[in-house]
Amino acid sequence: MKHLTLAAGLMLSATSTLAETPVLTVYAPDYFGSEWGPGPAVEAAFEAECACDLQFVTGDLMPRIMLEGARIKADAVIGLNTDVTKQARETGLFAPHGQDTSALTMPIAWTDEVFMPFNWGYSGFVYDNTKITNAPTSFEEFVNSDEDWKIVIQDPRSSFSGLALMLWVKSVFGDDAQMAWEKLAPKILTVTAGWSEAYGMFTDGEADMVFSYTTSPAYHIMAEDDLTKSAAIFDEGHYMTAELVGKIASSEQSELADEFMSFILTDAFQTIIPEGNWSYPAKLDFEKLPETFQNLPTPPKALLYSEEEAAALRDPALEEWLSALGR
Amino acid sequence: MAVRTGTLSIWVGAVSAALVLALTLGTLGAVVWRADGFGALSPRDWGYVWFTVWQAVASAALSVALAIPVARALARRQFWGRSALITILGAPFILPTIVAILGLLAVFGRTGIVSDVLSWAGLEPVSIYGVHGILLAHVFFNLPFATRLILQGWLQIPGERFRLAASLGFSASDVARVLERPMLRDVVPGVFLVIFLICTTSFAVALALGGGPQATTVELAIYQAFRFDFNLSKAALLGLVQVMICVVAGALVFKVRLPSTSGVGLDRVVRRWEADGLGLRALDAVSIGLAALFLLGPLSMIVIEGIGGVLSLPGSVLEAAWNSIWVTVVSTLLCMALALSMALAVSRLSAGAGALVEGIGFLTIAASPLVMGTGLFVMIFPFADPTALSLPVTAIVNAAMALPFALRALVPAVRDVQAGYGRLSASLGISGFAWLRWVAVPRLARPLGFGAGLAAALSMGDLGVIALFSNPEVETLPLALFRLMGAYRLEQAAAAALVLVTLSLAAFWICDRGGRVNVDG
Amino acid sequence: MLTVENMRVDLGDFTMEGSFEVAKGARVAVMGPSGAGKSTLLNVIAGFQDATGRLMWEGQEIGTLPPAERPVSMVFQDNNLFPHLTAFQNVGLGISPRLKLSEADRARVMDTLQRVGLDGFEDRKPAALSGGQQSRVAVARMLLREKPLVLLDEPFAALGPAMRVEMLGLVRDLVAETGATLLMISHDPEDARLIADQCILVAEGRVEAPVETGAFLANPPAAMRRYLG
Repeated sequence: MKHLTLAAGLMLSATSTLAETPVLTVYAPDYFGSEWGPGPAVEAAFEAECACDLQFVTGDLMPRIMLEGARIKADAVIGLNTDVTKQARETGLFAPHGQDTSALTMPIAWTDEVFMPFNWGYSGFVYDNTKITNAPTSFEEFVNSDEDWKIVIQDPRSSFSGLALMLWVKSVFGDDAQMAWEKLAPKILTVTAGWSEAYGMFTDGEADMVFSYTTSPAYHIMAEDDLTKSAAIFDEGHYMTAELVGKIASSEQSELADEFMSFILTDAFQTIIPEGNWSYPAKLDFEKLPETFQNLPTPPKALLYSEEEAAALRDPALEEWLSALGR
Repeated sequence: MAVRTGTLSIWVGAVSAALVLALTLGTLGAVVWRADGFGALSPRDWGYVWFTVWQAVASAALSVALAIPVARALARRQFWGRSALITILGAPFILPTIVAILGLLAVFGRTGIVSDVLSWAGLEPVSIYGVHGILLAHVFFNLPFATRLILQGWLQIPGERFRLAASLGFSASDVARVLERPMLRDVVPGVFLVIFLICTTSFAVALALGGGPQATTVELAIYQAFRFDFNLSKAALLGLVQVMICVVAGALVFKVRLPSTSGVGLDRVVRRWEADGLGLRALDAVSIGLAALFLLGPLSMIVIEGIGGVLSLPGSVLEAAWNSIWVTVVSTLLCMALALSMALAVSRLSAGAGALVEGIGFLTIAASPLVMGTGLFVMIFPFADPTALSLPVTAIVNAAMALPFALRALVPAVRDVQAGYGRLSASLGISGFAWLRWVAVPRLARPLGFGAGLAAALSMGDLGVIALFSNPEVETLPLALFRLMGAYRLEQAAAAALVLVTLSLAAFWICDRGGRVNVDG
Repeated sequence: MLTVENMRVDLGDFTMEGSFEVAKGARVAVMGPSGAGKSTLLNVIAGFQDATGRLMWEGQEIGTLPPAERPVSMVFQDNNLFPHLTAFQNVGLGISPRLKLSEADRARVMDTLQRVGLDGFEDRKPAALSGGQQSRVAVARMLLREKPLVLLDEPFAALGPAMRVEMLGLVRDLVAETGATLLMISHDPEDARLIADQCILVAEGRVEAPVETGAFLANPPAAMRRYLG
């Protein structure tokens, strides 16, 4: 108990001693603010130049934004997912980001004036290249393959990566998506609620492939000197996801929030992303990427639905997914 | 010509019950209020409800059916390591789900030990995925728990009766018919009910081992409605359905005597004469051996996979462990205060009112943690920053989640103290705090210790309501584990899991032990 | 004087009723067949059993008081001692239910233990005492409470015959010394002769008024004759 009050006290005193320094409150997903995410480095880098106190508040973003509504206490929100921006936009809580996004280093042009990307990545299947030497080179080949590969995927109803996979299949197979899922079904070892369980099953050797990101092998190479993990690259292109940042319109630290928004597109922020988030920075010259990232194979094409398309497709695609796998 | 006493304890118990109601139905109400009413359920949602009930019934039935021969064997056999095995029986129940899944996969998975042995013998490897995988996992969690509860029933049959049976020349089947089956009829329905309720809120296990969306439970549907659709009205309705499953199940078996979890006296073995035959000895050896293998296999794999990374754990994990210990201490104290006050009230109230108070205490077993977390957020947000309260909220929610088990340990014990020493205390005028200090706490030391041990272990392993209350600077050990897994650091996560399991068991052992020292008579 | 007026206990298939008086300082044996309600009668007087009617001590209504506030000290059949407390603490509870004892209180407890022959046993817990010694602790506490009405619900039934007679003799002497009124349940006419000057018969749902012991045992009522065989 003593420790708890102490902790609460420390938090209070930390807030009060810094009262004269302006505080910028940024909502972020749990992974972002944790010791292993990019949060701590971003905080240090921004505070070095802003004379302010950057505070991350972590948790499930959308539920929190929706629950707080107009009384939201954030100045900015970082880590929103491209596939749910429609819902976020409709809250009316966000102001235009005001940054020039014409020179982003992303495979698609960015025109959204409210949400601004800070990192992005391709979805992909990751496998152990010592066990699979004939990895499929297209989704079509993968779906029709006679190989007895077992894959672990995530549930699109509870995980963003699961949602991305569902939309990827939809964008590649269109009206035949359900048939593709039915062909894929025997290869699906199981479906997990989140990315962590699935990836754990893969690294434990339980599954031959896991649905993750094409940048996942970079972690194993850079952090573990392990070269056995590769991502299969498909000819049809890969569904991409980007993580976004938005500025809260009602922020009392509007200028500071603007400063943070422009900081995000600087190298100081962007260079933290590859090894902080194991994904591609939204605006960083290729030669500034770590060597491992430069050498990662990339898909020939990036697929991404607009937020209207994604929102409209979600329920029918989910029906197909459930019908194909729910037997 | 007589006066009732103990109104104060009824009031204190009522306050505790009200607190639990606020945490369960109150949070549900807050979500409904925020959502402007309940939503509607689609046919698919009803399918989830049906699946939830079905798998919970099957899991409970299987756990109980398998626990009976194991408990019978433990009740009548003395062997080296018996009490250690009974202590370890407490372990699976308190494992964090994700740790248990990886432990089970290491044994029963595609590349697990069982499949290795089978393919070495030239047989097809087993597949854990599917309904049988869910059942396997639920049996792994609950078989030991059921075994402990049923073993207790066995040991409560007075030894004299077995001696009488021996002197009358009863065979093993006579003993089963005359002594054991009546006990089982009394004990088993309650054990079944408790495990059924535990299994209704399962979600990550069901999905991961169920092999696909056909294994969707209500809790996953709540998660989806809450997190992706932000359909609070639907989440609230599903949360209500979950509570209703609990209430209906409770009402269907209203007369069922719930098992006591007091866990006292399991070290005793009753000398038996009718079970000396070689066949029965072999049967018991097989029952105990298989159960031990089934439980110790995955647990050993957790140790083996985690031990290598323990020394490379970052300091922050130790800090998280320290936070977890504090959360555990606070939530254990809170849980025991709630449980003791409610158990005292139950013993002073009429049978009906007592059952109501106990029923309220049991609600948390079926309450959705997501609904509880969201409701708390809705209640706290207008007054304080929920993130700053992440540790206290975690402690409170963990205390509520462990309450049913602590309550079941205390209610029968308090009743026994009342029956044995109620008149003496009343005639001497020992009441209020004097009664707590000089009578209740010393007399209840063992069930209090056992209940606190369960509460501590459950609290240590529980993620709590982090979805809305996580704080980047203050983390608990389960949260650290979760974050490590989310950051590809699976080896460290396995080590953190080992630390977590060790701390959980240590917490249980310390509390349970504390309740046993210095107890006379 | 203890006055019981129109007492009636109704427990569904068991009823018991009666009116009687017991003179102050009397020693009364409560006798009757098993299951007739002897313990129930004592429980009514001590406040553990609801009953209708009036219950008075020296003309004051006591039926509405909680057990501890009645002028009654009762020794039960078993569970007279808390097993986790020492002999000293078990007796001390008779002075203060919170066990807050002054120096004078502590001296009184020690004195009383000495009077019942337990000198030197004060720090033992019940498990370390013999059955007779446990009974002595219970009697010591009864003595210390100085209540004018003492109820014995066969507390010595589990002791051997010699020990039981010894304990009954001890209680008789102590009660005579303090002038307390005694009601004790008894199955054995010899016990009644030894300690009681009056007997109350509880049989067939009725509690009869006390009768002088010699007359009662010389010419027992029909129900008592059947019981004695």
